[in-house]
Amino acid sequence: METDNWRRNKRVFFAVSVPQLTWLLIFFIIPLAAVFIISFSEKRGIIGHELVWDWKNYIRAIEPIYLSIFAKTLLTSTAVTVICLLVGYPVALAISFAPRWLKLALLFAVTVPFWINGLIRTYALIAVFRTRGILNFTLEWFWSIGASVLAWFGIEVGSYQDLQFLYTNVAATAGIVYVFIPFMILPLYAVMERFDKSYLEAALDLGAGHWRTFFTVLLPLTTPGIISGCIIVFVPSLGVFFIADLLGGTDSLLIGNVIERQFLGANNWPFGAALSFLLMYLTFAALILYSIVNKKSKKIGGVDV
Amino acid sequence: MGKTVLSIENIVKKFGNVAAVNGVSLTIQDGDFFALLGPSGCGKTTLLRMLGGFDSPTSGHIFMDGIDITDVPPNKRQINMLFQSYAVFPHMNVEDNVAYGLRMEKRPTTEINQRVQEALALVRMEEFAKRPPDKLSGGQRQRVALARALIKKPRILLLDEPLSALDAKLRGAMQTELVRLQQTVGITFIIVTHDQDEALSMATRIAVMDEGSFCQVDAPRVLYEAPSSRFVADFIGRMNMHECIVIAEQDNGYCINAGGDMGEISVRHAPLPGVRAGDKIYYGVRPEKVIFSKDKPADNVGNAVVLENYSYHGDETLLYCRSQDGTLWTCTLTNDRRNFTPVNVGELGWLTWAADNMILLAK
Repeated sequence: METDNWRRNKRVFFAVSVPQLTWLLIFFIIPLAAVFIISFSEKRGIIGHELVWDWKNYIRAIEPIYLSIFAKTLLTSTAVTVICLLVGYPVALAISFAPRWLKLALLFAVTVPFWINGLIRTYALIAVFRTRGILNFTLEWFWSIGASVLAWFGIEVGSYQDLQFLYTNVAATAGIVYVFIPFMILPLYAVMERFDKSYLEAALDLGAGHWRTFFTVLLPLTTPGIISGCIIVFVPSLGVFFIADLLGGTDSLLIGNVIERQFLGANNWPFGAALSFLLMYLTFAALILYSIVNKKSKKIGGVDV
Repeated sequence: MGKTVLSIENIVKKFGNVAAVNGVSLTIQDGDFFALLGPSGCGKTTLLRMLGGFDSPTSGHIFMDGIDITDVPPNKRQINMLFQSYAVFPHMNVEDNVAYGLRMEKRPTTEINQRVQEALALVRMEEFAKRPPDKLSGGQRQRVALARALIKKPRILLLDEPLSALDAKLRGAMQTELVRLQQTVGITFIIVTHDQDEALSMATRIAVMDEGSFCQVDAPRVLYEAPSSRFVADFIGRMNMHECIVIAEQDNGYCINAGGDMGEISVRHAPLPGVRAGDKIYYGVRPEKVIFSKDKPADNVGNAVVLENYSYHGDETLLYCRSQDGTLWTCTLTNDRRNFTPVNVGELGWLTWAADNMILLAK
């Protein structure tokens, strides 16, 4: 509509956008600019820093020890995203095919963790993963059943030895997956819910088996959901720190932990700021890479769904 | 013609405690254009989906060429389906959509290309081969879906309400087109529709369904001119239907008393099983077989009426009349001359028809 064009009603547009722009300015642009400036400062004394406009912090940030942590963070986030996708895709599909009452119950189950603080949920995972925790108890139970069956055949196996889960990379990765998986399931579900199920029947009707129906019809038509789910999981998971802190071991250090320690532990704001900006550039690079790949695949695939 | 391609025996489909299809049996001949006609919720789509293999019957069997295919999955049946939503894959262009079925059969590329061209020519869509589906109209998308199903050379093509999404003009054109296609490819078509006009004009045989059962399976002409029940008579076309009493059974018909001005009438009619003199049955006469005249008829059956209302349709006018005993009658007036005499509400007249045009219905 003519009146909806902001060019024609500049003052109206201005009036309605000022509150949001102010909010963005005060709580996003200014702090970001401050951190940007601090990244070019130098630590002075215990808590102070002074603007010197040099690249020293950035040069330190690309030292091999930090680069390896960046690499590990990228690897962990990629692993988390892939696991979330592999687990979340069938779950989202099952929800979209479920009868209405079950659908609502399942969606509720997916979203209910949002009601509880992430820190508390992570502490709960400690109870699962610790040496005498729920996971080890469960494994021990299966072990004892297996052992008693084997004993029937005269094979003796020793008693169950607790496995170390807590303070390992496995626990840290599982913890991050646990926190982020709803962010994968929900966008996937949103796409699958709108997906016309007769496409699947048509593929089946035309002679495709279930696997080929999946790869030639379902997967291409749910790609938008996969992409948005992966972005929503991958980008924030680059910056997590408390999960790795609580569940991970000494070698589970992610870049988020390093940044947190620079700001809070070491009181080296300038270096923390430089690391933060490097992480941000890394995220941008990943998103740009994605949009280039996406543009290419769209040209091949044809239609935007 | 003549060879049975598909037969179903005692098919029942229950959803919970409700039987959507309630024990139907049917045989379909090779080359038939068969229509499943019925009001919405009568089970016709459920039956079609079972023929396609998308639902499995609770009990009963489906045979194709004498072989039980009840448990054969859709991708292994020589039956293809035209979906109500067409289900043209949005991420493939027209050509890729049409080629899909052959690619799944892993046919050589040269064969695929040639057959795609033929299939597109069949539905007159050659120029659109490279188009994505979102740049096509509804009618064009339907043609793509048709080509995509027919390229598989199935024994049977199932069509689920194929014309319901098209506008009236296009629907008429597509009716002729579908009949032409069916005659060209010689494949048996089974179409589901709730539109009696569609079924009558396209099909060679029609099964009228209601509440999960077949009411009558016959050629369109037989269904219209000799319905076997009041439901069929009323569902297909318009029908003046009233009670009457059987006076006597005659050699080739019945003598009935229809009451009012009509008195006793001898109707030539096929025998009605179980009907005896004194029974209360129904008689019907189609509005286009009724004549509205100002004067009392000489030898035809007639009824004095008053014109209560009419609706003008351009090519014809529908008259709604009430007889002296209070029954309502409909009569079609063909406007076959430009300067025809208009009718007036409140006019008195006679409705007349030949006794041979009467249908007797026991149930």
